[in-house]
Amino acid sequence: MSAVRKNRRLTPMGTLGIACAFVGAFTGWSANAQDFAITNATVATGDGSEPIQNATVVVRGGKVVAAGAGVAVPSGIPVSDGTGTWVTPGIVASMTDLGLLDVGAVQQSNDSSARNSPFSAALDVAPAINPTSQHILVSRAGGVTRATVSSSQAGSIFAGQGAIIDLGNDADAVTRSRAFQVVALGEAGGRLAGGSRVAAHALFRNALREARDYGNRARIAGSPSSAGTRSSDDDMPLDLRMSDNAADRGSDTLLTRFDAAALVPVVNGTQPLYVQVERAADIRSVLALKTEFPRLDMVLVGATEGWLVANDIAAAGVPVIADTLDDLPANFEELAATQSNIGRMVRAGVKVALNAASMRQPRYLPQYAGNLVALQQMPRASGLSWGQAMASITSIPAEIAGMAGKFGSLTPGAAGDVVVWDGDPLETSSAPVKVYIDGVEQPVDNHQTRLRDRYRDLDESDLPKAYDW
Amino acid sequence: MRYRAYLSLGGAIALAACATTGETRPAKTSSASATADAPYASTYKAYPGGPTALVGATVYDGAGGRIDNGIVLFANGKVVAIGGADMAIPAGYTQIDGTGKFVTPGIIDIHSHLGDYPTPSVDAHSDGNEATSPTTPEVWAEHSVWPQDPGFTRALANGGVTALQILPGSANLMGGRSVTLKNVPSRTVQGMKFPGAPYGMKMACGENPKRVYGGKGRMPSTRMGNFAVNRQTWIEAKEYAEGDRKKRDLGKETLAGVLAGDILVHNHCYRADEMALVLDMAKEFGYKVSAFHHAVESYKIGDLLKASGTCSAIWADWYGFKMEAYDGIPENAALLQREGACVVIHSDDENDIQRLNQEAAKAQADGRRMGIDIPDAEVISWLTLNPAKAMGIDRMTGSLAEGKMADVVLWNGNPLSVYSRPEKVWVDGALLFDANDAKRRPVSDFELGQPGEGDVK
Repeated sequence: MSAVRKNRRLTPMGTLGIACAFVGAFTGWSANAQDFAITNATVATGDGSEPIQNATVVVRGGKVVAAGAGVAVPSGIPVSDGTGTWVTPGIVASMTDLGLLDVGAVQQSNDSSARNSPFSAALDVAPAINPTSQHILVSRAGGVTRATVSSSQAGSIFAGQGAIIDLGNDADAVTRSRAFQVVALGEAGGRLAGGSRVAAHALFRNALREARDYGNRARIAGSPSSAGTRSSDDDMPLDLRMSDNAADRGSDTLLTRFDAAALVPVVNGTQPLYVQVERAADIRSVLALKTEFPRLDMVLVGATEGWLVANDIAAAGVPVIADTLDDLPANFEELAATQSNIGRMVRAGVKVALNAASMRQPRYLPQYAGNLVALQQMPRASGLSWGQAMASITSIPAEIAGMAGKFGSLTPGAAGDVVVWDGDPLETSSAPVKVYIDGVEQPVDNHQTRLRDRYRDLDESDLPKAYDW
Repeated sequence: MRYRAYLSLGGAIALAACATTGETRPAKTSSASATADAPYASTYKAYPGGPTALVGATVYDGAGGRIDNGIVLFANGKVVAIGGADMAIPAGYTQIDGTGKFVTPGIIDIHSHLGDYPTPSVDAHSDGNEATSPTTPEVWAEHSVWPQDPGFTRALANGGVTALQILPGSANLMGGRSVTLKNVPSRTVQGMKFPGAPYGMKMACGENPKRVYGGKGRMPSTRMGNFAVNRQTWIEAKEYAEGDRKKRDLGKETLAGVLAGDILVHNHCYRADEMALVLDMAKEFGYKVSAFHHAVESYKIGDLLKASGTCSAIWADWYGFKMEAYDGIPENAALLQREGACVVIHSDDENDIQRLNQEAAKAQADGRRMGIDIPDAEVISWLTLNPAKAMGIDRMTGSLAEGKMADVVLWNGNPLSVYSRPEKVWVDGALLFDANDAKRRPVSDFELGQPGEGDVK
């Protein structure tokens, strides 16, 4: 959702003040935004607390106004009785490929990786994201309202720059482009770097040094926030070096200028670096990078053996987007895999969101979170409380994405991303009955629901099924 | 036990949802290799277990029955009786309190590659596809199974899986023989082979064979090529089967076993139109398709599948990852069940095999939301008796009926809830997993001395 266009339509809410302009993407106000209240529901705010019975949620002007027990509904707001339903913030899915592909195995439709591109770190998924992808529609029907989207590595340890999107039924999916950089430093990174972890670390250090050097010497003209056909819509200004070609660089550079420029905000710490790493030893090596590049703002992705170094991760203050339910030694860097990994890391004080890339579809996030709750009943296992599990797919991924309080929770002022479920949202038998994004009720039909409706029966006595639509 | 093949062609199949148990006839085969008994015969023997009474749990018997506050008795590796709270418990039985808990037959996965594609998933372990010829009915999956695959242990402890069919992969039109295993740790694959289970033969439709061989510049490179190669192979197999068979031919022995009804066809196939063609190919050559696997479009032809008595072994809601999976919908299972066709929930995945109960629960709920209510006890049959039927082992396991193998799971809650887990798992009456006993869980050789050895996983 473009802030510029959104803000033009913000005039009816002008009293909210100029501050709104900076978070325009999250005010989400549009002509369709509804004021509404849901009462008598079981409400989970997403902040880690346990669900509240007989609670009320109020959304006005596209934003959450209040959520909890004893909340009064302002007069004039349409109220629906939520008896028997559960209300939560929209699910926030980390590390998806939503909008980047139609059919995974149909290469022409798949923009999730680019083996033959000359670029790596400079790759930016934002312009490729298709808001009408069926996977976005299906995920939305499953209660997913926000996601981070990134490429996969193919020709380099750097996958490029990911985006934060909403899954709303409108043309503007991208909330923040170039929101983070992704690098692989484990087994996969080693293979991509030329054959070893050693090579991956050398390539990584060289790249960051080149970027630091390039960043120091490049001449920057103008204000960083004024350029670009598409602004990044918020507090992440476009770095002009991305489109600047004035800087000279040494002759022994390995990175293209474009890639080096893309890594400048990483070394500066203004763009988070998501590091894909699994083995305990590899995690220690990654945490140690902060002594060499102190401004790195790192997030660990995967971290299957994180429980073995949970105290180190917690001490470093590095959050984790963790593979969920992996419990097999899928390779030699995941020998210590256990479903208790996340519970143990959280107990050690690590901030953990569930990695949607570790499951087949983003809409499985609630089911996987529910499995972590189930572990609490198993002797010697470590799971999460219900509230923690819900937070791991709502507020915590939002927080890791730099969006704390903006979405992923029902705290006042957050985007009106609200999902009404027909039961406990972490239970396999439950599903959304209503999905709101920025206060706008979303359609939940898609190719699948249309097929379901067509094949509700197999009767073709009058006409072939092709006429049933 | 000798497997008795099922004849369905021309027979009136007036049966429950899963119509694989048609009119039976004795296996006419003369090929000793049509069952898992010989050669490479099963050496599995049940491990010891005392007479056990599970008391007070909700019992789903696997055949669609439910007993609240029930009692399940097993001894000497066999189910002795199941009944209500008033059933007498004979002396000598160890009683286990099942209050608030649930009992089901052991979960059965009809589609697994454990052992053939074991973890760690290194190239050296990639033993599931003999992708060097489009038809390899001569290969046997059991010759690739690595019994030390840690995946078996997870399927037991987290999934309650007590039996599973290991299939060759789907690169080939005819991928080779499957093997059915008891999920027991063993030094050898023979020590896992399910005694008396018939062999299956893996076939594959559609994209995979034409992609793999078309990509090598070989036939088949199209769907019509797929059918042509299959039909020519069946023609030659029939000649062999009707001949004197003096010269042994491993591939044709397998195909002859299929034509005789002794080896069950498990056909990877996604699209409805292709499944309909395969059913006609089966008619043309006189064999039966026991189950279509993956079958994401089965809901479009539930009527045909019911008529042919062919099960659909499916995921709850996978879709869209390849072109032929584009029309997958989460209501597939429910629509099939309503049509009276046979539903099996399968995994095809070393992780999802640990949560087949949750997959079934999702499919049930998706049906309920469109107005198809399927009772819990019937949903459990998707994971137990139905796969047992499609694998030809339903006389031995798959439901809690007197005399059947005591393959039993005690769940700490309703298995159709995300919050439930297996608490105890028995295979032939032997307790092989107990969540309350840290040592009563298998640890494969591979995991000894590694970080996390014996962890809860």
